[in-house]
Amino acid sequence: MDGEAVLREISLTLPMGPEMEIAASRAATAVAESMRMSADKIDEVRMAVVEACINAIEHSGSDDQTVYLSFAVLGKGEPERLEITVKDKGVGFAPDELVEPKIEEKLTSVRKRGWGLKIMRGLMDDVEVRSGSDGTTIVMSKAR
Amino acid sequence: MTETLKLKVDRRDGLAVVYTEGYINNQGGEQIAKAAYELVDEGYRRLLLNLSGTKIVNSIGISILIEIIEKMIEIDGRLAFCCLTPTIEKTFHIMGLAQYAGIHGDEGAAVEALKAA
Repeated sequence: MDGEAVLREISLTLPMGPEMEIAASRAATAVAESMRMSADKIDEVRMAVVEACINAIEHSGSDDQTVYLSFAVLGKGEPERLEITVKDKGVGFAPDELVEPKIEEKLTSVRKRGWGLKIMRGLMDDVEVRSGSDGTTIVMSKAR
Repeated sequence: MTETLKLKVDRRDGLAVVYTEGYINNQGGEQIAKAAYELVDEGYRRLLLNLSGTKIVNSIGISILIEIIEKMIEIDGRLAFCCLTPTIEKTFHIMGLAQYAGIHGDEGAAVEALKAA
């Protein structure tokens, strides 16, 4: 956004172990609380981070089995927006080729998964996905 | 760090309520499905999932809840949810679950709706 500065930024590197997404969500909660985001918005941020981490764990196929996160508090003097980046060094995918999941189709399909991106887009103000042979980066943000 | 899901089942006349406490991930979803299918095998056709003790879910866990919805549709049963956090309720609406399972603010309203269905 125009004129926004990074007021503070926290980086976190997590191994793709059991429930690492919970550790990531706790970090997101702490940063969101520090900028006095409302409880409902914090909860939405927390869930979006869980989904972004699960995407990396489930689909990245990365050799280093690591998720790289950063939490940036942005604003013009006062905290206005939280921007979260979730990155893996996996095989990547073609975001444009993803088919949006629909409940009526999922109910009769063997494969019921594939909701992560839809949930992130529904809970955050903005979600951008960059993916290539060097991995996938999800950048998502929410205003305070 | 582990947030293991705990379940409690309350069998009532023609209706069973499953109370969850903790994280609904893949293991949690499987636990709920196991309990739900056992209740179906016992003859229950109306199930209520009371998520008052669950503050976080993930899409894998919810995918397993969709399997339960599919099962209930197959047997002409009814599944409802109650006492969701605002974010979990919003997520269920984003995914469209509300089209196939009732979502209620409190247990009393959910029980009444299931009895009337």
